[in-house]
Amino acid sequence: MQKIGVFVCWCGTNIASTVDVKAVAEAAKSVPGVVFSTDYQYMCSEAGQNLIKDSVLTYGLTHVVVCSCSPRMHEATFRKAVASIGMNPYMLEVANIREQCSWVHKDKEVGTEKAIALMKAAVAKAMLNTPLTAGSTPVTKRALVIGGGIAGMQTALDIADAGFQVDIVETKPTIGGKMAQLDKTFPTLDCSSCIVTPKMVEVGQHPNITIYAYSEVTEVKGFVGQFTVTIKRKARYVDESKCTGCGACIEKCPMKKVPDEWNMNLNNRKAIYIPFAQAVPKIATIDPAYCLKLNTGKCGVCSKVCGTNAINYEAKDEYLEVGYGAIVAATGYEMIDVSKYDEYAYSNSPDVVTALEYERLMSAAGPTGGHLVRPSDGKEPKTIVFIQCVGSRETEDSCHGGKPYCSKVCCMYTAKHAILTKDHYPDTDIYVFYIDVRTPGKLFDEFYRRAVEQYNVHYIKGAVGKVTPNAETGKLDVQAADLLLMEQLQIEADMVVLAAALEPHRSARPLATMLTAPMDTNDFFTEAHAKLRPVESATAGIYLSGFCQGPKDIPETVSQAGAAAAKVIGLLSKNELVGNPCVAHSDEWMCNGCSQCENVCPYGAITYEEKEFRMPDRTTKIRRVASVNPAVCQGCGACTVTCPSGAMDLRGFTNQEIMAEVDALCL
Amino acid sequence: MSVMEKTAAARQAEWKPKIIAFCCNWCSYGGADLAGTNRLSYPANVKIIRVPCSCRVNPMFILRAFQKGADGVIVCGCHPGDCHYSTGNYHARRRMTMLFSMLSFLGVESARTRVEWVSAAEGARFKAVMDSFVEDITRLGPNERLEDLRCKEN
Amino acid sequence: MQRELINRARELLADGTVDRVLGWQAGQFAYDITPAVFTDAGELEAHFVYNEFCADNLSKYLIKESEKEGKVLAFLKPCDTYSFNQLVTEHRIRREHVYVIGVESYGKADVEKLRARGISGITGVETVSGMLKVHTMYGDESVPLNEVMLDRCLTCKSKKHVVYDELIGEDGDVVADSGRFDMVEKLERMTAKERFSFWQGELSRCIRCNACRNVCPACTCENCVFDNPGSGLQNRAARDNFEEKLFHIIRAYHVAGRCTDCGECSRVCPEHIPLHLLNRKFIKDFNELYGPFQAGEVSGQMSPMCAYTETADPEASVVRKGGAE
Repeated sequence: MQKIGVFVCWCGTNIASTVDVKAVAEAAKSVPGVVFSTDYQYMCSEAGQNLIKDSVLTYGLTHVVVCSCSPRMHEATFRKAVASIGMNPYMLEVANIREQCSWVHKDKEVGTEKAIALMKAAVAKAMLNTPLTAGSTPVTKRALVIGGGIAGMQTALDIADAGFQVDIVETKPTIGGKMAQLDKTFPTLDCSSCIVTPKMVEVGQHPNITIYAYSEVTEVKGFVGQFTVTIKRKARYVDESKCTGCGACIEKCPMKKVPDEWNMNLNNRKAIYIPFAQAVPKIATIDPAYCLKLNTGKCGVCSKVCGTNAINYEAKDEYLEVGYGAIVAATGYEMIDVSKYDEYAYSNSPDVVTALEYERLMSAAGPTGGHLVRPSDGKEPKTIVFIQCVGSRETEDSCHGGKPYCSKVCCMYTAKHAILTKDHYPDTDIYVFYIDVRTPGKLFDEFYRRAVEQYNVHYIKGAVGKVTPNAETGKLDVQAADLLLMEQLQIEADMVVLAAALEPHRSARPLATMLTAPMDTNDFFTEAHAKLRPVESATAGIYLSGFCQGPKDIPETVSQAGAAAAKVIGLLSKNELVGNPCVAHSDEWMCNGCSQCENVCPYGAITYEEKEFRMPDRTTKIRRVASVNPAVCQGCGACTVTCPSGAMDLRGFTNQEIMAEVDALCL
Repeated sequence: MSVMEKTAAARQAEWKPKIIAFCCNWCSYGGADLAGTNRLSYPANVKIIRVPCSCRVNPMFILRAFQKGADGVIVCGCHPGDCHYSTGNYHARRRMTMLFSMLSFLGVESARTRVEWVSAAEGARFKAVMDSFVEDITRLGPNERLEDLRCKEN
Repeated sequence: MQRELINRARELLADGTVDRVLGWQAGQFAYDITPAVFTDAGELEAHFVYNEFCADNLSKYLIKESEKEGKVLAFLKPCDTYSFNQLVTEHRIRREHVYVIGVESYGKADVEKLRARGISGITGVETVSGMLKVHTMYGDESVPLNEVMLDRCLTCKSKKHVVYDELIGEDGDVVADSGRFDMVEKLERMTAKERFSFWQGELSRCIRCNACRNVCPACTCENCVFDNPGSGLQNRAARDNFEEKLFHIIRAYHVAGRCTDCGECSRVCPEHIPLHLLNRKFIKDFNELYGPFQAGEVSGQMSPMCAYTETADPEASVVRKGGAE
């Protein structure tokens, strides 16, 4: 039997001047269930709180209704007060008679009438309140970072420096990511390798970091604090514990015609390889697609020359199952396939390259040793055309189906390419065709202006219509339009560089499915809140680092990586997670198993299981029913409305409670 | 005096609209609080029910309010894109569109139901929305097409 | 057709492909068809019927039937296959426990329309070259089928079987110009007051017999909110004119995005309330506001009621356009 106490606050004169608080307290006395009511000047003061506590004890109250300011202000205060004397804090309700009554209604009669209505609604809800207890789950103090590029490395380092164990899973044989492939970085023009390789070494040597290179995440189970992840360690055919990275095997490998993806396939590598000299871990990997021994059974040269007996042709993929408290997605980007842009002749001429290929052509560690030459004939280019926004900022009706967004970094790296090229060969003619030049960022616009003003790069607002390889001249005929001068241009170029759109790495979408983390239509991970929680996924315990959340340059990526790390550290430093008790729960007997709730849950908190039920007719039946993980549920209530049978309800805001409020307010 | 004895005109003269506003905890309820903090007055017949998110509002609650004698029901949530739970207001938008469309199809005046997005910073907007909603409902008069006559009597 | 169905069912029972057969049998009268489960050839020969009175949508019965051990053979008309797919989507039917034979159907006969033509003492029906041949105690009568068809068949959305393991008869196509939204459009063009009177007139006849709910293949809740004391909606007969509407609004809302427009609700209504118009209003709204959607067309598709788009969805004020007040 409910025994409800109603406490009406004056809030000094804030409430009392436009609401007759005594009349509200008096009216409460006649509400069924109310056994005690009173008013007081400042209910939130210590004396006021004591009044509530004493009354609970004296009158044996089971529920408390405080008529005062907004619950957003003092609900927590009052809940704490009643909890201190052993009452469940969720037995307390607040009627907002200040912000939503006394402050907005000048007429005392009107204000009092409304305050009484609000009080009655709160009593009606309190009547139905049941004790709620927040569940708690222990936190596994280990983090997983998926992706070993600059984003993943920075996140891992920051977490590891705070004293937590971190594992990095990277699909490539080495960490380092795209940044390790870059020549220089804008706008400072410092050498990318010189910044990133020490970072790689730091990651490799950190006592708290374990690198699973050449590995993939294949399954994610569990929830925040308690993830269990299956990591597939692809067979390297080289024992990581034995290989010293001496390179003798590579030298002797007879299979020389393997496209080198590290150099964007611009040259070849061996079938056993280390991607580049500074690779971490520096361990050889056999490419199973090309290795003669693995494909034909004949060869075995690497095994013979290996001094530490590290080669193992019998190696198999291995699967590890590891527990984590938090997971960071840092899957990065790749360039879109530009071959569908026929007009730029990428597939027809080796001298049409993507920006990342151009990057390798300029890099001292690249296929040409940093000597910028045309891929077709090895000659130095004299005229280069850069085409911006290839696949970026496309409208829906565009025939190519490119990306609607701006890839963000292309304007700046093109300015960088132009400046660096001019530095190497001052007599090169450089044309940049752009839609807009976007340079918001520290020292960005200055950098771009340097390209235009000091280096005399020809920036042309306009579009390239067609690139045609000319067999006679060996050059590329570029047909373009200058939209400012409204004239057609014909340029005879030695090279054409395409600023291809960047898109989230292809592994991101399947990963998001495994993580039950939401994504947008462009396959970027969606942040929990666009403004206020930009490094967290809506799925609790999943954090976002770098390009996988949206286009970013290096410093932005590093900032976000650090921010994600801070969030992970905050989570891992807790021993257990205390949940919000106002979560959804499903009445298994009413559940139809239709999955509608699962479809609308933004947090992946709902799972279905086949469960055995003892039916009223004494038979047993296997039924498919929903169950809510209270550690993951955030209590929005989306599932409760979509559930046709009403099996799903939200604790603290139950269907019956809300309807009781409706009833009380409509009387 | 029972309802039967009152003349229709007397009822109309006495009548003040009853309005239920469902406000999401994170944006609109905060907007209502801010209207209070800034002492922006709006009609007292607007009564607010706090829900965690606009997607918690079950069409059943709205029908129940009408059944119990409400003359207008308004659902307020975060602006699209700003939902605390990311997607709740998108769900609410579809659900309410469909419900309101059905009510209109059954002949209920469509101005009796509304969805408005009010952020926690928009106290003035909250007031303006409520003023205009109350004005609409007052113009429409008592909700006769969907009321439960027995509950009206008191 | 009936002979073919029986023969095939007997074969599948005999070779162990299926353990039971879900079909139709005649009730007390020939037009009084009822769904039935058959377990052997004898039962099939004695009771199984398939003719122009077999209007019942069998999909809903498969919820219970597919829970049982073994496999059940179900004969599904085109409209039934949509319901079947939808129930598979909702995990209500165990697909692997059902062997679906799609059977062609060009519309079912409405016995009341036959009666209205003075035909009585009906003992059976068959289609003979486009004409419905009605056997009666007083001799045979022949009428054009489309003149005595069930209303729902006159606005058939599709004669295509969207799912089957095998097909007996021919598969048809989706009917593009079914005209099934004509009446909804007519209502939309009315004023709110006119619509109100229309529905007042229709819904006030409701006797809350629950036939619409019980026949509906989308209404399959373990525990219906109207039977659940905890839902706040529990009621039997409507106590007032609000509840007459409440029941039908909530029922239509609950099946919105899941209703395949099979028309069973209106077919079984003893008061002839055009309940399908409520469902069609939702279907029409979905199509117009969120893009074309046909529930049950593909299994596994998500209801538009569960989906959303961030920018393309109109605001709720869109309903104030048109005939709204």
